[in-house]
Amino acid sequence: MLGRLSLSAIPFDNPIIMGAVGGALLLAAVILALITWYGKWGYLWREWLTSLDHKRIGIMYIVLALVMLLRGFSDAILMRSQQAVAYGGSHGFLPPGHFDQIFSAHGTIMIIFMAMPFMAGLMNIAVPTQIGARDVAFPFMNAISLWLTVAAAMLVMVSLGVGEFSKAGWSGYAPLTELKYSPGTGVDYWLWAFQIAGFGSLMTGINFLVTILKMRAPGMRLMRMPTFVWTILCTNVLMVFAFPVLTVVLALLALDRYLGMHFFTNTLGGNPMMYTNLFWIWGHPEVYIVILPAFGVFSEVVATFSGKRLFGYRSLIYATIAITVLSFAVWLHHFFTMGAGADVNAAFGIATMLIAVPTGVKIFNWLFTMYRGRVRFTTPMYWTIGFLTTFAIGGMTGVLMAVPPADFVLHNSLFLVAHFHNMLIAGTLFGFFAGYAYWFPKATGFSLDEAWGKRAFWCWFIGFYLAFMPLYVLGFMGMPRRMEHYANPAWHPWLVVAAIGTAVILLGIIFQIVQLAVSIRRRHATRDLSGDPWQGRTLEWAISSPPPAYNFAITPVVEDFDAFQDMKEKGTAYARPERYHDIPMPTNTGKAFVIGGLVFVFGFAMVWYIWWAALLAAVAILSTVIARSMQDEVEYVIPAAEVERIEQAHLRQQSAMGAGADHG
Amino acid sequence: MASPAVAAVVPAEEARQADAVGRRAFGFWIYLMTDLVLFAALFATFAVLSHSDAGGPDGKALFNLRHVFAETMLLLFSSASYGLVMLAMRRGHRGAVLGWLAVTFLLGLGFIALELHEFHAMILAGAGPSRSAFLSAFFTLVGTHGTHVSFGLIWMLVMMAQVGTKGLTTPVRARLLCLSMFWHFLDIVWIGVFTIVYLMGVV
Repeated sequence: MLGRLSLSAIPFDNPIIMGAVGGALLLAAVILALITWYGKWGYLWREWLTSLDHKRIGIMYIVLALVMLLRGFSDAILMRSQQAVAYGGSHGFLPPGHFDQIFSAHGTIMIIFMAMPFMAGLMNIAVPTQIGARDVAFPFMNAISLWLTVAAAMLVMVSLGVGEFSKAGWSGYAPLTELKYSPGTGVDYWLWAFQIAGFGSLMTGINFLVTILKMRAPGMRLMRMPTFVWTILCTNVLMVFAFPVLTVVLALLALDRYLGMHFFTNTLGGNPMMYTNLFWIWGHPEVYIVILPAFGVFSEVVATFSGKRLFGYRSLIYATIAITVLSFAVWLHHFFTMGAGADVNAAFGIATMLIAVPTGVKIFNWLFTMYRGRVRFTTPMYWTIGFLTTFAIGGMTGVLMAVPPADFVLHNSLFLVAHFHNMLIAGTLFGFFAGYAYWFPKATGFSLDEAWGKRAFWCWFIGFYLAFMPLYVLGFMGMPRRMEHYANPAWHPWLVVAAIGTAVILLGIIFQIVQLAVSIRRRHATRDLSGDPWQGRTLEWAISSPPPAYNFAITPVVEDFDAFQDMKEKGTAYARPERYHDIPMPTNTGKAFVIGGLVFVFGFAMVWYIWWAALLAAVAILSTVIARSMQDEVEYVIPAAEVERIEQAHLRQQSAMGAGADHG
Repeated sequence: MASPAVAAVVPAEEARQADAVGRRAFGFWIYLMTDLVLFAALFATFAVLSHSDAGGPDGKALFNLRHVFAETMLLLFSSASYGLVMLAMRRGHRGAVLGWLAVTFLLGLGFIALELHEFHAMILAGAGPSRSAFLSAFFTLVGTHGTHVSFGLIWMLVMMAQVGTKGLTTPVRARLLCLSMFWHFLDIVWIGVFTIVYLMGVV
C-alpha cells in the first residue's frame, strides 16, 4: 500500500537530523500559526498563491531562493566544521554516509533551488518592466514553473526527515547512482527533485524567450534592449537548448533504476561515460545560465550608479553572445581525466580558454563605465566592486585548470572546489545580491537598509576570502574534495581558517536577515514614492513602486538605449496621456498551485514506489491541464477609470515629494 | 462611452487577440525545438549504444521492415489528413474539421496499436528493454516517440470536444494550429526513427 515507506524511514537515531527536522517543523508551525493568528490565509491565497502577476511570482521565487540559501548554507557549516575537527584520531561528528548526503544536498540545493529561483525571481521582477510589457507571454505557465520549482524544493526538504538524500554528489555520476550501488531512496529524491525543477526551468526559458522577442515596447530594437534583458535572453536560449538534455539524462537514469534498463550500468552493454557526457552537456551551459544574468545585473548597476551610459554596450552584448555559443563547446573540461585522449582534451581546453576573452571584455566594460563617472557607493555597487576584484581571481584559476595537464593534477581536489565557488559566490551570488538590493524598492515599494546591507557585504566579502583561499592552497597540497576525515595534519590549519571564514559568512547572512527585518519595520519612512529611487536609466523606473498590476498604463515608445534616461533628458518622462484605456489582465487561478501540489505527490510516490498514488497524481495533473485548456475567458478588465485613479494617485505622490520636478 | 471610441477599441481588441495567437504559435515553435533537442539526445544515445547488444538479438534479428512500413504509412497519412483538418478549419466547416480529426485520430491509433504489438512481441521473445543497452536505447527512443503520439491522440480528443462544444473560435483555432505543428513534428521525428533505427538497423 505504501510501497517501501514505513516508520523506519524516519532517522530517529540521528540527533543532528532530528534536530534539523524539529527546527524546520517548529519554524513552519510558527509561520502557519502567525498566518492563522492574523487571519491572512485568504489574503495569501487570493493575492499570492493564485497570482499570475509576474512581479509577485518573482517575489515568491526570491523567498524560495533565500529559504533554500539558509538550508544550503547550513550544510556548508556542517561540512566546514566537520573538516575543521576530523583529522588523525578524531572522527568529528558526522559519519561518512551523512557527510556524503550533506555535500550532495549542498550542491543540488545551491544550484537548482537557490541560484535558479533567485535568477528566475529577478528575471520575473525586472524583465517585463524593462521592456515596457504588461506581463509575460504565458502568465499561467509562469505560475506552473514557480510551483514546480517549489514542489521539487519541498521534495528535497522532505528527504531530510523521511528517508535519506543522495550520497552520490550533486552531479550524480553513474554507475554509482545505479540501483545496484545506491539502493536507497536518496538518489530517487535527488532524481525527481532535479527532474521536476528542470521542467520548471525549461518552461521559464520558453516563456521569457517569447516575452523578450515578441513583447518589447515599440521602438525597442534588439540593440536598444537593457543589458539585463540581453543577458536574460542569452540565458533563456541556453535554457531551452540545455535543459532537454538534462531531462533525457535523468530520465534514462530513472529507466535504469525503475525498469532495469542498461544505459549507464557497467553490465549488458551500458556506458557510464554517456551519463557524464550528457550531464555536462547540460551542466556547463548551466554555469552560464546562472552567471550571465549576474553579469546583466552588474551592467545595470554600474551604469546607474556611475551616472553614465554603459561603456561599450555593443561589445558587451557581443561578448555575451560569444559566451552563449562557446558555452556549448566546453563540457568535456569537466572530465579531462576520463580518457578522451590528448587531441580531444586539447580542443576542449582551447575552447575553455577562449571563453576568458569575452569575459575579460566585460570586466573592461564595467571598469571603463566607472572611470570618470560620478560613482555612488550604494550596496549594489559594493557587491559589484567586490565581484570585479574577486571574480578576476576565479577566472584566472579557471584558465589554469583549462590546461589539461594542469587539470590532471588539480582535478577532484579542493582547488577545483575553490575555483567554482569563486565563480558562483563572487560571480553569481554577489550579482543576485546586487540585483536584490537594486530592485527591492521597485518590487516592494520601500528600500533596503543601506548600513546593514554594507555590513553584510563586508562579512560576505572577507568571509569568502577566508573560506576559499585556503582551499586553493589545500588543492595544491593535494587534498581531494568531499573528505569526511583525513590523516594529514598539515592540512588542518588551513581548514580551520576556512571554517572561520564560514563563520564570518554566517555573520553576513545574519546581517542580511537583520537588514530585511529592519527595512520592513521602517518601511513607512523609506517608501519609494517616486518610483525612481536610484535615478535609473531603464523603463522599470518610469512606473510606480511597486508597479500596478498592469505595469504601464500607456505602452511607452522607446527612442534610445537607456530609454528612461533618454525620456528624462527630453522631458517626456512623466507625460500625462490624454486618455486612459481599459486594460485586460489575466485572472488569478489556483490551478498552477494545485498542479505543483500534485507534482509533489507524484514525485514522493515515485521515490517510495507507491505506484497507485503516482498514477492517481499523474491522471489528476493531466485532467487539471485539460480543464485549464477548456477555459477561454481567463482575463478580467481593469476599467479606464480605475487605471486613471491609480495613475493620478502615483503622480500626486510624486509631485508631493518633488520628484516630478527633479526629473523635469 | 461614445460610439467612435467603441469603434476604435474593437479593431484594437482583434489585434490584441492576433498578437496572443502569434505569441502562442511562436512559443509552441520554441517548445518543439526543445523537444527536438530531447530527441537529438535520445538519437545520440541510441547511436552510441546501437552495437552494445551484449550478445543478445540485434536489429537484423528483430526488425520487420514490412511492419515498420505499415506504421510509417499510417503516420504519414495521418499527417496528410491533419492537413485536411486545417483546410476545413480555414473554410470554417465545423463538420469537416471533426470528420478529419476523427480520421487522423484513427490513423494515429492504428500506429500506436502496431507499435505496441511490435513491443509486445519483442518482450515475449525475450528481447525486452532490460536485455541489453541496445534494446534499452531502442525501446526508449521509439517509446518516447510513441508516448508523444499518444499524448497527441489525447489532445486530439480534447480538441474534438472543444470544436464540438465551442465551435471554431479564435482560441480553438489557435489550439488546432499548435496541435497541427505537433503532429507534423512527430512525423518528421519518425522519419529519423525509421531511417536511423530501422533501416540502418537491418542493413
